Amino acid sequence: MSLPGPQPTVASAARALLARDLRLLWRRRGDAAQPILFALLVVALFALALGGEPRLLQSVASAVLWLAVLLAGLLSLDSLFRSDAEDGSLEQWLLSPVPLAWLVAVRVFTHWLTTAFPLVLVSPLLAELMHLPRAQLPILIASLALGTPLLSLLGAVVAALTVGMRRAGILLALLVLPLYVPVLVFGAGAVAASAQGLDPSGALLMLAAGLVVSALLAPLAAALAIRIANS
Amino acid sequence: MIDTTNAPPLLAAQGLRFSRNDDPVFGPLDLHVDAGEALLVQGSNGAGKTTLLRVLAGLLAPDQGQIEIDGRPASRTERSRYIAYLSHLTALKQDLGTLENLHFLCGLQGRRARQMPGNALAIVGLAGYEETPVRQLSAGQKKRLSLARVWLSPAPVWLLDEPYANLDLEGINLVNRMISAHLRSGGAALVTTHGAYSAPPVRNRLLTLGGNDQEESA
Repeated sequence: MSLPGPQPTVASAARALLARDLRLLWRRRGDAAQPILFALLVVALFALALGGEPRLLQSVASAVLWLAVLLAGLLSLDSLFRSDAEDGSLEQWLLSPVPLAWLVAVRVFTHWLTTAFPLVLVSPLLAELMHLPRAQLPILIASLALGTPLLSLLGAVVAALTVGMRRAGILLALLVLPLYVPVLVFGAGAVAASAQGLDPSGALLMLAAGLVVSALLAPLAAALAIRIANS
Repeated sequence: MIDTTNAPPLLAAQGLRFSRNDDPVFGPLDLHVDAGEALLVQGSNGAGKTTLLRVLAGLLAPDQGQIEIDGRPASRTERSRYIAYLSHLTALKQDLGTLENLHFLCGLQGRRARQMPGNALAIVGLAGYEETPVRQLSAGQKKRLSLARVWLSPAPVWLLDEPYANLDLEGINLVNRMISAHLRSGGAALVTTHGAYSAPPVRNRLLTLGGNDQEESA
């Protein structure tokens, strides 16, 4: 029998997957800026449509900023597992000694890191476009930092469910948007509450609790959906 | 040499049956592959060769029947340790170089001791293409790269779906040499073909799929 060499561990498989995804992103770095440009355009369109009146913009800033981030995430959601399903990579994931849910979790994390995290980084710029008061900026950043991974995890379950279809397109949006409602309510709500002088920590804690639960359950559900999609 | 007389077959299936939307695809089917042995799965297009390999790899659940690996019921853990699967889909990333693809797949599935991705590229005739993005390779070269992945895999059971497709004569010889070397070191292989190619010069048996006349002949 041929000698088995180094068996992949959860850590080494995660490193390999992370390195692969970052390399792929670097090869197509033009695409990497698209979510940021999209969110920037959505915010700019809102600002133009509302007439650039600072007081009016201020009052809807939290809702618009959260919607822009949410929609940008929605656009990149289909790419989460699509290419890996089409070129057969998922088949090889299924045959890896490493649990599929772990690979899914790592994939969701890199996807969040490369599509949503840049949006969190540029959110002060977007907030400035909407004349969000500086005092609320930390709350916005905190709500996005907790909320966007939650969006990615919820989205991963739906992306995995629809990965067997040739083009998920609008169906993906129809399935995932209802799931995003609570995240949007608590995320935009935290910023709106602090604008009214209320304590936003309740909404932020709800987001944190949702993040913990979905970080545990969403990879398992998405892994199950991938197994079904592959059969 | 390994004594295979009393050892359980590396891969065995009893009464295996699979149907899609109530249409029987194959079965009931009995098969077994011992260490050092190749099972050639033949049949016309649509006879269920690929489906059989996907069921054995655990990607599809059979309607009936048991699959055993090395004498134990096939579980996910057993499969991931024992099975290397060459699919119709290449599992290669178009934008990455050949070596980068192999490094990732080895990181995912492990590799044999003393086998390095660079050497495997040389074995399959892709030396000099280490940095080439996969999108610039021909179909035959992609097949060779996939074969390099199987070669590096520590799994003793190779499930090869149409390994000869897209390959030139030299490539067909390469597949036969790789299978022979793998079997000599105690591995086993299931190989699907249309039957139009020469079989590897190893101890092999034939399984013909198609219609109701499935048979296993020595």
